[in-house]
Amino acid sequence: MYAYNEFDEAFVRERVRQFRGQVEKRIDGSLTEDEFKPLRLMNGLYLQLHAYMLRVAIPYGTLDSRKMRQLAMIAEKWDKGYGHLTTRQNIQFNWPKLKDVPEMLEALADVGMHAIQTSGNCVRNVTADHFAGAAADEIEDPRPTAELIRQWSTDHPEFQFLPRKFKIAITGAPNDRAVTKAHDIGIRMVRGGAGEPGYEIIVGGGLGRSPFIGKVLREFLPKAHLLPYLEAILQVYNLSGRRDNKYKARIKILVHETGLEEIRDAVEATFERVLEEFEFPSDLLTAEIAGHFEPPEFDNTQTLAFGEALEADPVLRAFVETNVAEHKNPAYGIVTISTKPVGGTPGDVTAGQMRVIADLAERYGHDEIRISHEQNAVLPHVRKADIPTVHAALKAVGLATANVGLVSDIIACPGMDYCALATARSIPVAQEISERFHALKLEHEIGELKIKISGCINACGHHHVGHIGILGLDKAGVENYQVTLGGDATETMALGERAGPGFAADELIPALERLILAYLQLRHSREETFLAAYRRLGAEPFQAALYPEKERHAA
Amino acid sequence: MAREFKPQIVTANDLLMGDVVYLTRAGGWSRRHEDAHVAVSAEQAQTMLAHASAQQERIVGAYLADVSLDESETPHPVHFREVFRTRGPSNYFHGKQAEG
Repeated sequence: MYAYNEFDEAFVRERVRQFRGQVEKRIDGSLTEDEFKPLRLMNGLYLQLHAYMLRVAIPYGTLDSRKMRQLAMIAEKWDKGYGHLTTRQNIQFNWPKLKDVPEMLEALADVGMHAIQTSGNCVRNVTADHFAGAAADEIEDPRPTAELIRQWSTDHPEFQFLPRKFKIAITGAPNDRAVTKAHDIGIRMVRGGAGEPGYEIIVGGGLGRSPFIGKVLREFLPKAHLLPYLEAILQVYNLSGRRDNKYKARIKILVHETGLEEIRDAVEATFERVLEEFEFPSDLLTAEIAGHFEPPEFDNTQTLAFGEALEADPVLRAFVETNVAEHKNPAYGIVTISTKPVGGTPGDVTAGQMRVIADLAERYGHDEIRISHEQNAVLPHVRKADIPTVHAALKAVGLATANVGLVSDIIACPGMDYCALATARSIPVAQEISERFHALKLEHEIGELKIKISGCINACGHHHVGHIGILGLDKAGVENYQVTLGGDATETMALGERAGPGFAADELIPALERLILAYLQLRHSREETFLAAYRRLGAEPFQAALYPEKERHAA
Repeated sequence: MAREFKPQIVTANDLLMGDVVYLTRAGGWSRRHEDAHVAVSAEQAQTMLAHASAQQERIVGAYLADVSLDESETPHPVHFREVFRTRGPSNYFHGKQAEG
């Protein structure tokens, strides 16, 4: 776990002090809202539909018990007793009062956390594979790189006023769990000719109004060149990215309109110059940072008790099947804690649950917690022998839902229940889907299925890359939901295709039920996932299930 | 020919609490939609909006929202977004619906 040095500590405290003054000036009237808004956004404070919302960064999704307990304290003291995990590994508090926010930021600073650059046209929270440092398929832990990028990009004087926001994600594993191809810059660790680890740099991905899959800008970048290369990309974007139209201002549009080759030439030329002048002490920092990410001392003793417990307890067995992933150490497992019980709000965790997660991490998980972009929490290092105990403790607080990767493990943005930008609600749709498929008792039969719901075209709910994507729109004053099919968020990324006309809220769940039941009929075997069946068969049989009326008319 | 004017109210968020407020006949703010003053002409609506927007020390982001009027001339929100703003979120009993 990275620990703030004196510089970080002083910087964050100074920002809290400044923001406290800015809030006072706003309240006493010496700052107008137009003057105050950019200042509050720089500190993660939004004004939403019913209240302010504070977005707190969880850098590369990594927490420890101390930080988690502080989030629980903040949720109870200044909010309504819960927090909401987001698709960018942030946590949001939905009900802060303006005058309390400086205190909340001070409490975050006490545990080395902040809300800086969680909004605005700057480099946002750098996200990473939530299994980083634990995954069996990993080349290297990507978090030291993510931390290096965080330090370089935080308060970077040149990149505080980019044409638009800028999101970077990194994975150290070939199986992409960090959605790198849907980021402004995606970084994948790869090996060079001599087997040395380096980076593949992907640029121009993004969802939202105009979705694009990121393109490979550099196939292999030596590790030492990372920051100068990123600096070069940002310089090119900062100068050439469009500032005339908010909807065309992301780097994906620049890459699309300019062409990859031309952008590559510009970046490489800039890179040569940057490399000569670059003064950021990457080498020094890399060594210092690496020390904070030493792997824990694993206990390699394997016991038979785990297998026996699995034999004896079918509920535990179901949990392990879906929620426990392979760890690089065979005596360990990676435990994903689903925040999506039947009928629950995806990503919401109560203060009490946060404390249980913190306790379990401390006692059984080498004090490490991760937050995934799929809005779940993760205990990355749990001895298999301890999994039955951890499972029992999670079960006691409603955190043992065995649904990771299944139909109810839904990503849903806050939608019009909270968000000022939303065009329709997302959360009730997620709740109804999970309730419906729970009632049908088909969830495990259906198998892997990623449903992702956004309440507007900005696509915080990643609907374009859901196997089934749902986009909530305002159609002539009524909530209406478009369905896309065949999206994929992984290294084989694909954008879903729109299936047909949208559905009214009360038509949507029956339509999804027809769609998924049709898949069960269409698949070769249980091994063929929804996505695989869609890829084999194409859209037609799935559209027929969604729109049976149309079929009848055509017949 | 000018478009027929639909009744409108002025709504915003409270500066300190962040919750939804409505401009009243007296020129102040209420947390209850039924207290909102209804503009019956485009000119009146613009005047009310200008008056509201000047109150920087009380509110944030004033705008006009369409309403329908019942027999007793009480305004009701037209768009579902405005309906949600009178209640709060649908996943928890929080916000206005909990405050009565």
